[in-house]
This record gives sequence, C-alpha cells and structure tokens, in this order.
Amino acid sequence: MYEFTYHRPASIADAVRLLEKSESAKVMSGGQTLIPTLKQRLAQPTDIIDLSGLKNSGIAVSGNTLAIKAGTCHADVASSPEVAKAIPALAALAGWIGDPQVRHKGTLGGSIANNDPAADYPAAVVALDAKVVTTSRSIEADRFFTGMFDTALGPNEIVTAVEFAVPRRAGYQKFRNPASRYAMVGVFVADHGGGNIRVAVTGAGPCVFRQRAMEAALAQSFAPDAVKGIATDPGTLNSDIHASADYRAHLIGVMARRAVQAALAG
Amino acid sequence: MPAVAMTVNGSKVSGDVEGRTLLVDFLRNQLNLTGTHVGCDTSQCGACTVLIDGRAVKSCTVLAASCGGAEVTTIEGLARNGKLHPMQEAFREHHGLQCGFCTPGMIMTAVDMVNRKGKSLSEETVRHELEGNICRCTGYHNIVKSIQAGASRM
Amino acid sequence: MTETGIGARVARKEDQRFIMGKGRYVDDIHLPRETYAYFLRSPHAHAKIDAIDTGAAREAPGVLAVLTGEDAAADKIGGLICGWMIHSMDGSPMKAGPHPVLAQGKVRYVGDHVAVVVAETLAQAKSAAELIDVSYTELDPVVDPADAPKNQSLVHDGIERNTAFEWSLGNKDATDAEFVKAAHVTKLEIRNNRLIPNAIEPRAAIGSYDPAEEHFTLYTTSQNPHVARLVISAFVGIAPEHKLRVIAPDVGGGFGSKIFIYAEEVVCLWASKRIGGRPVRWTAERSESFLADAHGRDHVTTAELACDRNGKIVALRAHTIANMGAYLSTFASSVPTYLYATLLSGQYNIPQIFCEVDAVYTNTAPVDAYRGAGRPEATYVVERLVETAARELKLDPAEFRRRNFVTQFPHQTPVIMAYDAGDYHASLNRALELADFNGFAARKAESGRKGKLRGIGYSTYIEACGIAPSAAVGSLGCGVGLWESAEVRVNPVGTVEVLTGSHSHGQGHETTFAQLVSDRLGVPLDQVSIVHGDTDKVQFGMGTYGSRSGAVGMSAIAKALDKIEAKARKVAAHVMEAAEGDIEFRNGSFTVKGTDRKMGFGEVALAAYVAHKFPTSEIEPGLKEGAFHDPTNFTFPAGCHICELEVDPETGVVTIAKWTAVDDFGTLINPLIVEGQVHGGIAQGVGQALTEGAIYDEESGQLITGSYMDYCMPRASDLPSFTLGFVETRCPSNPLGMKGCGEAGAIAAPAAVMNALTDALGVRDLPMPATPQVVWEVAAARQAAE
Repeated sequence: MYEFTYHRPASIADAVRLLEKSESAKVMSGGQTLIPTLKQRLAQPTDIIDLSGLKNSGIAVSGNTLAIKAGTCHADVASSPEVAKAIPALAALAGWIGDPQVRHKGTLGGSIANNDPAADYPAAVVALDAKVVTTSRSIEADRFFTGMFDTALGPNEIVTAVEFAVPRRAGYQKFRNPASRYAMVGVFVADHGGGNIRVAVTGAGPCVFRQRAMEAALAQSFAPDAVKGIATDPGTLNSDIHASADYRAHLIGVMARRAVQAALAG
Repeated sequence: MPAVAMTVNGSKVSGDVEGRTLLVDFLRNQLNLTGTHVGCDTSQCGACTVLIDGRAVKSCTVLAASCGGAEVTTIEGLARNGKLHPMQEAFREHHGLQCGFCTPGMIMTAVDMVNRKGKSLSEETVRHELEGNICRCTGYHNIVKSIQAGASRM
Repeated sequence: MTETGIGARVARKEDQRFIMGKGRYVDDIHLPRETYAYFLRSPHAHAKIDAIDTGAAREAPGVLAVLTGEDAAADKIGGLICGWMIHSMDGSPMKAGPHPVLAQGKVRYVGDHVAVVVAETLAQAKSAAELIDVSYTELDPVVDPADAPKNQSLVHDGIERNTAFEWSLGNKDATDAEFVKAAHVTKLEIRNNRLIPNAIEPRAAIGSYDPAEEHFTLYTTSQNPHVARLVISAFVGIAPEHKLRVIAPDVGGGFGSKIFIYAEEVVCLWASKRIGGRPVRWTAERSESFLADAHGRDHVTTAELACDRNGKIVALRAHTIANMGAYLSTFASSVPTYLYATLLSGQYNIPQIFCEVDAVYTNTAPVDAYRGAGRPEATYVVERLVETAARELKLDPAEFRRRNFVTQFPHQTPVIMAYDAGDYHASLNRALELADFNGFAARKAESGRKGKLRGIGYSTYIEACGIAPSAAVGSLGCGVGLWESAEVRVNPVGTVEVLTGSHSHGQGHETTFAQLVSDRLGVPLDQVSIVHGDTDKVQFGMGTYGSRSGAVGMSAIAKALDKIEAKARKVAAHVMEAAEGDIEFRNGSFTVKGTDRKMGFGEVALAAYVAHKFPTSEIEPGLKEGAFHDPTNFTFPAGCHICELEVDPETGVVTIAKWTAVDDFGTLINPLIVEGQVHGGIAQGVGQALTEGAIYDEESGQLITGSYMDYCMPRASDLPSFTLGFVETRCPSNPLGMKGCGEAGAIAAPAAVMNALTDALGVRDLPMPATPQVVWEVAAARQAAE
C-alpha cells in the first residue's frame, strides 16, 4: 500500500466535507474490495475516508419499501428477519456474497458504489427497482449503474441507503467463478405484480443489465419454461479463462430459469 | 501516525500505526501475536481470520486504525486459564491440521460458525461456511469432522 | 500394539503449539536490527536487459542497498544448480543454462529476479524498487512447450532447439515390434496440466551474517535444510558448510516446492553481508509464490497401448515433451525421467515399454517436483490408456485390469523397477466393495431421472517411493546419495531425543517417529522428542520428499535404536551381573532370564551415564547412537481409488458423489496420520483434474492465473468426505515394512476423476482441468449429436 491519510469521521456531513477538501480521496465502507486494491498498489489515494465510524446500519420495512442503510453488512442483511419476510431472495443473495468473513465487513453501500461487474447486489438493486439514496439525492436503479466500476455518483456524493421495492415474488441464482467465487453469472428475477417483471443480470457483462426479452416473456407467463430459448447476445458479454461469452450467455438462460423456480418456490 | 487503542484477547492495547497498517500486521509485528497468519494477498485464504466484536473477519483486509475501540480475539486468546477451547481440542483429536498454517484461521472461523449456526452442524453447512478458508494439506475431510465435533462440545 | 506404539491412532504431539497459535514459522521470527528485502521482478517473459539504473532507488528513504546481477557477479556469488545429470540418447550431457540468483543480461520469465532492495521497512523497499529504471529489449517469448524445439527464439543462447535433453528408457525396437503385430492399439494425446503448488505458508527467508565469526545463519522454509546448506556452500559459494547454519523451523506445507534452493534465500544471506551483518528478511507475497515458486507437471504426451486378442497388454510406448520452464531447478531433470518413465508399467505385466522424453526450456517459471513428481504423470498415462483400451475392447475396466495385474513378486518391469511386494487384486476388490459398485447402476439411473449424468472411474496406481538406494540413483545421474540419518540420544533419566535428517512440514514426524521409539524402548510418548530442521543440531541428512521419511528416515531411527538396545543390554548385563545372552528386553524392562532381577530402561540409562558398574575400558559411558540407512530398493505403494461423480449437463458442474481409496502402504505407524495424508493427496489430485491449471498467455508469456482470483484452489465445498480402506503387504526392503503414503492420493486421483468423467459423459477423452466450461461444452456437443 502507498501511504495515505486516514480519516474516520463521526458524521456523514464530516465525511462529505473531508471528501470535498481532499485531493484524491477514496471512501471506504467495509473495505473488502478497496483494501485488496490498495495492497496491490493499484490505487494511490491521498486520503482514505472510513465510514465505519458512522454506524449507518439498519433495516426497516415501511409499506411496500424495504430500506437498508448503506453501512449494513451483508451478514446482517442475510440474517435479518425483516428481509427474510419481505424479500427472501435478497436475504439469500446477501448470504451468498463472498464468504462469511467478507460478509461481516462488506456493506451494501460499498458494494453498489464500487459497482464491480461481478458483484451480486447490483442485480438486486436493478431487479427490485430500488432507489439509491445519497447525501444529495435519490437515484433510480436503472440510472445508477453506468458502466464497469462506474456509477451516477458525483465526486463528493456518498450512498446512505437503498430503498428496495418489495416484489410479489423474487428469486436469485448465481453461477460462481470457480476460483474467485464472484458471480460469473447472476440473475435476479422479480415479479412486482401487474405484469411488471424485472430481470437483472450481473457478472456476465461489463455492468449489470436488464434482460428485457425475458421480462416480456415472464410478464406473459411467470414460469420457468417461459425463458427457455430466449438468448442473450454473447457479443455484449465478458469472456475470460473461466467462461467464454457463449458459455455466459447459456448460463444466463439456466440461471434465469432456476431463479424463476426459486421465486415460485417462495 | 494515528494512535489506536483496542482490546485484544481481553487486554487493552494501544499503539501508533500508519493509516495503511493492516490489523494483521499490527497483531503480528507490534503485539507479537504471530498465531494469525498471512497466506495470500487477495483476501481469500482465511489464514488471518480473527474475531472482531465476536465476528470472524479477515485481518489482512481490515485497517488497524479502523479497529479503535474494538474487541479483537485471536487464536492466542481462545484458551482460557490454560484450558484449550473445545474447538482447539477437536482439531487435535480429529487430526484437523497438518502443517498448521491455515489452522488458526480455520479454528477462528469454526468458532464464529458455531456462534451463528449453532452446535449441531451438518457436513454441508460446515463445507459451505468454509468458503473463505483454504487448506492445502488436509483435503478438508478432518477439518469438517473436527468442526462438527468441536461444535457439539461448545 | 500398545496405546502409543506402532499402529496406534495417536493424536499428534505437535498439534498443541499449532492449535494455540504458537507455531514458529520463518515469518514469525524476528532478529534484532533486521531489515527487509524486496525483489524487483521481470515484467517480461523474455527480454534483454540493456541497463539498470539504481541511482534513484539508492537515494530513497530507508534504503540500505540495491543489488543487481552485476553485483552478484562481482562478489562471485555462484548460480543455482540442477543436481541430477541426465544424458541424452546420443550420450551428451544435459544442457543446463546458467541460473544466476539475480538476472545477468537477460530475463527469462515473468517474475525472474532482476534486483533486490534492502531497506529499513518493507514499504520503503517496495517504494524504492519502483524507482529502479530497467531498460529492456523485449524478445519473442517461448511459451508453448510443444512448440519450443521449433521456436526460433532461444531461452538460453547456445542451447539449440530449446532442448535440455532428449532421453529415452526401454527397448524401442522390441516395443515397436509388438505394436506392429498387436491386435488392438489405443492411442491418447495427453496434456498433464501445469500446477502451482500453493503451500499455504508462502516461502520466506532470513539471512544473517556475523562479521566477527564470519558466520552465516539462514532461516528458511525448506524441506531439506542440509541439502540447502550443501548447495549454498559448495555451489553458490556463500560460505563453507561449517560457517553456515540453516534452520527450517515450522514449515507450512511443502509438497515439493520447498525442496529446491531458490534465489531469494541466497540473496538474503549475501545481502546481509553486504550491509554489514544486519539480518535481511523476505517473505513472499502470494502473487510472488505464483510467479516464482517452482511449478509442477506440464507434460505433453502421445501415449499408446498395444493389446493382443485376449485383452492382454503387450506393449506401451510414450513420447513426452516435458516443460522445464526457464531454468533447470534443483531436481527438475529427474522428474520427467527416472521418476516418470520408470513407472509406466503401472500395476501391470507389460512385456515391452519404450518412452522418449524431450525436456524443453520455455519462458515460464521453472518446473520441478510437486507432490508425486513424475509418478502422477505416469499414472495418468497408464490409467487413462488402460481405461480407454478396456472400453474399446468392450471389456469391463475392472476385469481388463485384473487380466493384466502383476501377481508374482518380485517382478522386474522393462523400465528399471523391481516391484517387491503387493496384492493388486486385493485392493481393487476391497475398493469395489467399499464403493458399493453393485449399487452403481441404480444410482446412475436415479441421477438420470434428475437430468444428471453419473460416472464411475478407477485408478489402480503404483508409485516408487522411499527414495532411494544411493548407488542406484547415483548410477542414474543423481548428484547426492539418498540415504537418511538418525541419532538417538538417551538422557541419563531415560528420556529420549531423536535427531533426524528428515523434516516435518505437516507430516507429523514428531508423533510417528516418537511412536517408533516408544514402541521399541517402552518409553512413554511424552518422554520422546524429535529434533529436526537445524543443521547446527542435527547431523547431515537428506530431508523429506518422495514419501521417504517413513521408509528411509524411520529405518535410520530403527537402526540407531537397535544399537541403543544392544548397548543397553551390555550395560544391564554388567549391572545385574548376568551374561549378556541372558538379558531379555521387553516393554521397557531388562530382565535376567529365569530370575526376578529387573531394571527399567531409565535405570539402565542412568547406569550408562554414571558408569560406576561396568568397566569403561570395555563399554564406553553414555547411551547415544547414530545410524545412516541406505535403502536396498525403492518401495512400491499401490492401491485402487474409485471416483463416482455426477455431472449437471446444463451447467457443466461436476459433483464428486463418492470417493473410495484402498491403499497398500505396508505397515502403518499411525493410521490417523496416514489417512490425513491420503485425504490431502486426493484433494490435490481432484484439484488437478477439475479446477487447477497454470495458464500463461501464449503471446506475452504473462501468467494469467497469478492469484487465487484465477487459480482455482479446491475449497471444502468442492470435495466430499472420503471412504478409505487399507490392505497391507509388508515392504521387504526396510526393517519396519513401510512403503510411504504422502503422495498416493495426488498420484491416483486425477485418472480416477477423468475416467469417471469420461464415463459419465460418454466421451473418449477431455482435457484437465475439466472446468465447468469444458464439461458443458462436451456435454452440449454430445446432446447436440444425439
């Protein structure tokens, strides 16, 4: 790691102030992606602004909205009775991120702000039509993830919470990269009622995306076989030593079908 | 250099650390608690697992400075009054270790696993929960047995 | 059998410190005034070094020294060596390219050592290394071993066709003649995938020079500290042996990768002297381990099996291109030759065998012994050929094996080895029983109902362990003898210290060796301590690899114990005033036959040391004996592993449903520990078959699988629990009847997995590692064809 100045602000306002006045600061939430990056000397921030002192964690359901504060770690989402009741697929997704140690540190806010193409949460945020609440505004999921490791966040903007729409039913299935255990293909399917279906795919492409042909098919019939034969263009997908674009495209179909099955199984 | 104060294995400790000092380096180099090991640089092997406020974390992926006020438990802090923790005993009894390098992380992960999942652990649960710990010697067979046995005695 | 003697399932003595976090590994050791080394490594696979400017780095904060290959040459620091001479078929000696500890003029793989920075802190050393300005002229890298002989680019100037040697074993003409008249020939093209050992403790070294005594100390992660001292003294020339102490304390796994002498350990010693004697420490980051630990396997083989019309094997021939990497590592040349081709007879009676091996250089990390070393490659060739031949001949694979098993011992194969004992039918039959083979068809049908494909595969393997008779390996080119040493020191109160030349890095010697002593002398286990890993404490020894510590190391201890007992009898006879022939020794007591006169072992030990009761002109005082044991033959562990697995054809995911292993290791000292060795070996073998493979980019020579993000280590959820059984035929060539157990799993497993997988998919062959993508492609192609 290169040297940096470490800050652990006690309030979100202090965090924003630090961000505004530092040269090239990085915000650290759980640090589970940022610290490995720093260790490899792949980033050289002047300042690290550690949000762990904010204690910005907590989960609340109100009406049709499940709100999770950005500093809530994956383990707390996975084991939350409120999440399990409102959106069991989200609890399952959180319980499947990384490994138990990572889930104790990694946070929802950190995950989506980083927008790793192989992260799980972006699929949930998009499929669950969530609103990303920041220090200055609220951003719709479809406009939040703008590209690989890129989001709509401004330079001095910090995610404070995510508000998920509670669906009628939902399911998430992922195929893990055998080595890293990140999502090689992850598909989140959510049925919001009234033919409003959202299918979000992570891991397969450079950024989370919606599979609209599957959404249309599932709106007609919310059944596993409805997505059969709906192909994803491999030209838009990642290819590496673990999975070719063709294989990823194929897995999107398999994971989507299994996600629908999971959603139906409740 | 920021000063940091925390509780490690029940004792209050403090020290000056650089912002970039990892918890594992603070434990190993400043506190001389060398039972916590470093086996990789991508936060995957789990040899560095310790408990922070009762929860398993990878101490190679935590800044020491961010642990101010935390309670940290390392492998050296498991035995009480000269008596081994049941999970330590189980690893010995069931030959759950060979070279011993991944062992502290395995044991700390196992303790955390029981804290969360209870004393009756299926083989499937144990194997799933070991996602963040790599062992090259044992093929995991006896680690799984050790954890199941240790859990039942905790 | 006593509760702690030979054959007892004793929990390990060494575990106490490990489970308490009190193990003492190299990186746990701190010396006063220590400094940190950081190695600048080559970013290129193949390049000429035009210039190195270290000026800015030298001026950086905290920097004590920046050293390059030129400095090493000026200080006459020798290069690393390969200790096994292989001669090519034309009689010429192998061509070993120079292997400097820091690159001189050229870099030959990504990760090659270019310079070292020594600084007050590691962060300072790293930052200074970024200031070293190296001008390179990139050269075309040689990456594909099969292409290396034809590649115009030369890894080592003057070594034509990038070939270190072209070697053969067996009778070519007689073998070819069998193929001409054979009723059936099975042919496979096999790539034995390249592996990265990945002991979880990364390599580490601390070099410390004492200017007053002109004495060096090296703490290092070594499987064989005496061999390290010998090489660093005699060949690298750091210091004569009596001026160099090598300590290998607790070592966190080796699997072969810590046998070898590496540049980093030499440089830490040399640098310590250069900076006036402050200790210099280095611990590999895992990414450095990936780049610069010796890798394993990496064979490209064409293999053929010839059978007659009765399903009897008549001949086998193989041509192998073995990738040596950029330099010949310490024992690299022995692996694809005498540790490989000599095992191509498997468990079978094969009248003619011929094997040709071309060892080639590439711009990749050096390749050397990794768990099994040559024998997994041989087993894979034989067992894939046998399985495929059986299917082609429409014979049950078990029956085909039975038809060809060696049943008479000793059995001389056409490839040097003389098998001494075994019962291959017994291990196969027992394995089939434990695997519930009779229920397989029903399980397969059940899988089919769930849309899954189920397969079963055998691997009836043999290995040559207990390496090795010194004269034999000497005649084959080995630069050292492969005996082992032991010294047994009985203290005046009867406690015992055993100094062994073997080294334990997970194998549990502190327990098994103590069990032998306890068994023989009747001394409680906790009164025996095993001392190893320090050249200042222990007499010269050869170390631990090739499953040799039981068969060779313990045999040396047994011989020393014989001498202890003989001397103790003499002492007891004098003290009890009896004829030596009347002394009986049992359960730790010396008695005079036919009387009630009796002395405990401790009393005799005390008598030996006070020396009041016997004439010291006839018997020397004290009770301490040493022995060197040189085996008379290799040992031949063998057995049968059966893998049953299920494939999800939709995703390509393979789940191992059941693993059965029945091994014959001869005498088992501690079954608990032996089982652990088998488990670990199987996991590494399954890793080779399904998940692990080092991949270099064909164009650039960059290591793509350079971390756990891309190199897939088996996790707990990738493996099942294993069902083990044993058959026991004693090894006749050592006093304890032991054969060795450390490598069996890794040797047997890959073929068992791939035989099962090809069975499940109904295909002839597929490459390792059979990752989900590979399996899915095959399954999809099969489905499309149907």
